[in-house]
Amino acid sequence: MLKFILDILSVPAVLIGIVSMIGLIALKKSTSDILKGTIKTIMGVLILGGGAGVAVGALSFFGTMFQQGFGITGVVPHNEAIVGMALKEYGTQTALIMAFGMVVNVLIARFTPLKFIFLTGHHTLYMACMIAAILVVGGVQGPTLIIIGSLILGFIMALFPAIAQPTMRKITGTDDVAFGHFGTIGYVFSAWIGSIVGDKSHTTEDIKFPQGLTFLRDSSIAIALVMLVLFLIVAVASGPAFVEEKLSGGQNFLVFSVIQAITFAGGVYIILAGVRLILAEIVPAFTGIATSLVPNAKPAIDCPIVYPYAPNAVLIGFLSSFAGGIVGMVVLLLMEKSFPGLPIILPGVVPHFFCGATAGVFGNATGGLRGCIWGAFAQGLLITFLPVLLMPVLGGLGFANTTFSDADFGVVGIILGNILQFIK
Amino acid sequence: MKILVCCGSGLGSSFMIEMNIKKVLVELGVNAEVNHSDLSSAASIKSDIYVGTRDIASQLTSLGGVVVSLNNMIDKNELKEKIAEAIEKIK
Repeated sequence: MLKFILDILSVPAVLIGIVSMIGLIALKKSTSDILKGTIKTIMGVLILGGGAGVAVGALSFFGTMFQQGFGITGVVPHNEAIVGMALKEYGTQTALIMAFGMVVNVLIARFTPLKFIFLTGHHTLYMACMIAAILVVGGVQGPTLIIIGSLILGFIMALFPAIAQPTMRKITGTDDVAFGHFGTIGYVFSAWIGSIVGDKSHTTEDIKFPQGLTFLRDSSIAIALVMLVLFLIVAVASGPAFVEEKLSGGQNFLVFSVIQAITFAGGVYIILAGVRLILAEIVPAFTGIATSLVPNAKPAIDCPIVYPYAPNAVLIGFLSSFAGGIVGMVVLLLMEKSFPGLPIILPGVVPHFFCGATAGVFGNATGGLRGCIWGAFAQGLLITFLPVLLMPVLGGLGFANTTFSDADFGVVGIILGNILQFIK
Repeated sequence: MKILVCCGSGLGSSFMIEMNIKKVLVELGVNAEVNHSDLSSAASIKSDIYVGTRDIASQLTSLGGVVVSLNNMIDKNELKEKIAEAIEKIK
């Protein structure tokens, strides 16, 4: 009987389903709503796993072609892809760290001056997943892992919004809303660069910037287009003979690359559909419980909260961050000559879009147009170099062709991973 | 009546706005189904009202519903006013 219960609880999908069921019960929902919500959550986890299979399949072709063409490892950071892979192995720990991490966040907001409730559920999930993976790799196990993981997660959920708050006040003009997105270090870095090189009197919103690029806001399209370019480059570099003999089963190498690029975007789309189902019950439950227990806390909200304040900075920030990613990649390629085996971090479109855009708004708030351009560029460099140091502490996950992308994942992961290595 | 809230990846901010719209609808005494999605999926989720922040609202105009463009995604008053206006339009 005990084994039966343990077997049930060790299926991440079921465990995450139970977390959401507890939330629904706490919100006093009807039995049919509880049943519906629980099943949807479990289905979300399973869908996410399916999407990860699709995305990782395409990505591994990319990795093989990159290796063949350039003789080095190419990595395209994408939170969704790495989380999809990691949940298969660390799902149980992730679910528990996420659940108790949210409890810790509420307790910190209730009893300390860090009055922030982190409401960006998908980032809570991704961060829980990365912390779980690093703790397991660092040799932490059992209840200790869950306790340490939850404390770290809950603490950073309250801390990072506090770090962003001074710039948030400049952007929004109020102190009522906080910022909750785990790229904070990159945005504050951008704001700092902006304050040094910028000129506040000339903001991004004074200029006429072509809005034709707004279609890139559609993330599936943006992923497909950028992956298409990357795939075509590696396809040409590795040569038609290699691709057609080893990978595509005879299909033309360019056709194969186009299909794989769009397949990757499709995989991410499926993962996002899964994440949406997982969060559909957990986030409202957490929001409801947290805001009733800590009524004076500030809600920390996902990065697009700042986009309407400076739509031009959003697009300029993206382009500038992406340029930073390309420059960073070239620097890594040159460094690889002296440090063989260094992974080459390619510009992933999702991190550069969301983080670059946000960095642009932060840079604009402290340094106008110049602050936006250089702040976002610096952020783009930062999220290119952080993964290089993060990957070694991720164990087996560190050998994937993708990794965690946004700045705070890098900063938290590198610090935590190295502390654990040191203790070992 | 169906209301769809959109944002870039359909995860965070559209979800936040959806929860706020549900509260606003209770205050307005209107019964409607509210969902959130990313921009790619929006075209395949037929709705009467599409909601987005002003930086992406232009992407929603071709979908065939009333578009609500928000200047501030956490301003409940703006949301309530604009949702009420949109509901008035489709009546």
